[in-house]
Amino acid sequence: MNTRIGLIAANTFREAVRDRVLYNLIAFALLMSGAAILVGQISISIERLVVVNLGLTAVSLFGIVIAIFIGIGLVSKEIDRRTLYTVLSRPVRRWEFIVGKFLGLAGTLVVNTVFMAIGVFGALVYVSHRLQASDGWLLVALYFIVLQFLIITALALLFSSFSSPLLSAVFAFSLFVIGTFAEDLRGFAGLTSGAVRWLATGAAYLVPNFSALNVISSVAHEQGVPAQLILYNTAYALLYTTMAVCGAVLIFERRNLK
Amino acid sequence: MRTPRQTTVIASVLLVICLGGSVLLLRAMAGLGTQSPLEEVLYISSPHALKRMSLGYEALLADVYWTRAVQYFGSKHHAGARDFRLLAPLLEITTRLDPKLLVAYQYGGNFLAPQPPEGAGMPQAAIDLIEQGIRNSPDDWHLYYQLGFVYYMDLHDYERAAEAFSRGAAVPNAHPYLKLLAAQAAEHAGDLPTARLLWTTTFESTTDKSIRANAAAHLRALEVDEEVSALESVIARYRQATGHAPVSFSDLEKAGMLRGTPRDPLGRPYKLVAGERVELASPDDFPFVNKGTPPGYIPPAAPKILPTD
Repeated sequence: MNTRIGLIAANTFREAVRDRVLYNLIAFALLMSGAAILVGQISISIERLVVVNLGLTAVSLFGIVIAIFIGIGLVSKEIDRRTLYTVLSRPVRRWEFIVGKFLGLAGTLVVNTVFMAIGVFGALVYVSHRLQASDGWLLVALYFIVLQFLIITALALLFSSFSSPLLSAVFAFSLFVIGTFAEDLRGFAGLTSGAVRWLATGAAYLVPNFSALNVISSVAHEQGVPAQLILYNTAYALLYTTMAVCGAVLIFERRNLK
Repeated sequence: MRTPRQTTVIASVLLVICLGGSVLLLRAMAGLGTQSPLEEVLYISSPHALKRMSLGYEALLADVYWTRAVQYFGSKHHAGARDFRLLAPLLEITTRLDPKLLVAYQYGGNFLAPQPPEGAGMPQAAIDLIEQGIRNSPDDWHLYYQLGFVYYMDLHDYERAAEAFSRGAAVPNAHPYLKLLAAQAAEHAGDLPTARLLWTTTFESTTDKSIRANAAAHLRALEVDEEVSALESVIARYRQATGHAPVSFSDLEKAGMLRGTPRDPLGRPYKLVAGERVELASPDDFPFVNKGTPPGYIPPAAPKILPTD
């Protein structure tokens, strides 16, 4: 990897850690241990399901919130603090800055997810007293969650490259919500005709498809995930993320920073 | 001018006082009973709307609704309530959010079918719920067993019960008792051995402590019904043979009709009352019994279920 991109990424990771982003792990640990103990007493026969559903949902939501709220500040914070000018006055290209920032935040989220995954498996061992072969599918669900983070981080970066932090957060969160309905949107497009159909279909393909990346319910019921879906989701997330990062680079390259 | 230390102390004391005060106020307000009970309200009753609002995290929401259904039924059951109007909608939401949540169909059927106060007294809603579960998970024998159980125990529709058990017996890895139950339900409708087999299957096939304890209580009740009937027929034979009623069980022992003092399933001796009736020493410990209780006995509103372990 380009050394300059690596340095910017490492610096972004350090900054996120300094911003106490990883403190969310404490909240997550409390949530998991609390749920594991409490649910056994107030519900019937869903201890394992709750640990999986709550664990994976929390990993996903914590990560998305971090991706949006850190992602929107990646560029604007550097401009506000005027550190961006120092960085760009060195032999650092603008696209290297954007890609480095993206990789730094993505790395932070991966590290965060690894720790949370350890928490989920720990809670699972606590409630089930052992791990079983089907628990391996949880790793696939976690992998899909990481793919979601990549897309959201890239989108937050894209919006922050031309908009204010507040609007970037609104745009990124709205796209996340719309993305969970992507398949419905495609269904609605099929009900229309003419130009509306083309527009609706275009919009349905343009928004990120998060519904295919959510397999929490299936893995909670010990159902496997087809290898083809893993392959398609990986390719889709990489393509979409690259597309959003390219958009951010294109905008940032032309942005007047004076 | 205050020092920072003084400010810290004052602020901390104020914080504790305000927190304590607000807790006391909330407790006082709860005592007024002005707040409407939350469990009687379903703010969003459409499972489809809830699914959309869950943003793809419907599995977790289903767990929340299942826990809410368990809490709703448990608290009402404990209070001896006869009205469980929110139970069916809560179970419907749960199973629409997560159609593969088997426990909701199995135990939900258990909650819905029996007559109050044991259950909600909605056997048809239980049948609909379990049939929905079978459509979503056709290879799970527990659901067919549960369906047959409701038909047999709550609706006394032995033909349909036998049909449900037969369908379950055809499922791969079905419990071997299902074949037997299908035959028994068809041939010996409504008899004690079939009921015992049903509760034994429930006892053996569940890992949930409360369900096991409930099944064990039913098995004990069946044992009491059988023993009391047997003892009363022995008393009748004694009267026929001697022309007078026995004063105690020892009279029956002396006549060679009984060996030792008969004891209930919890080890307490039965009582012989007025030379003709056999009664339990502590009927409250045996919910679901049909025999062995004093005349005019009113069982507790919430059945006393003893732990199995």
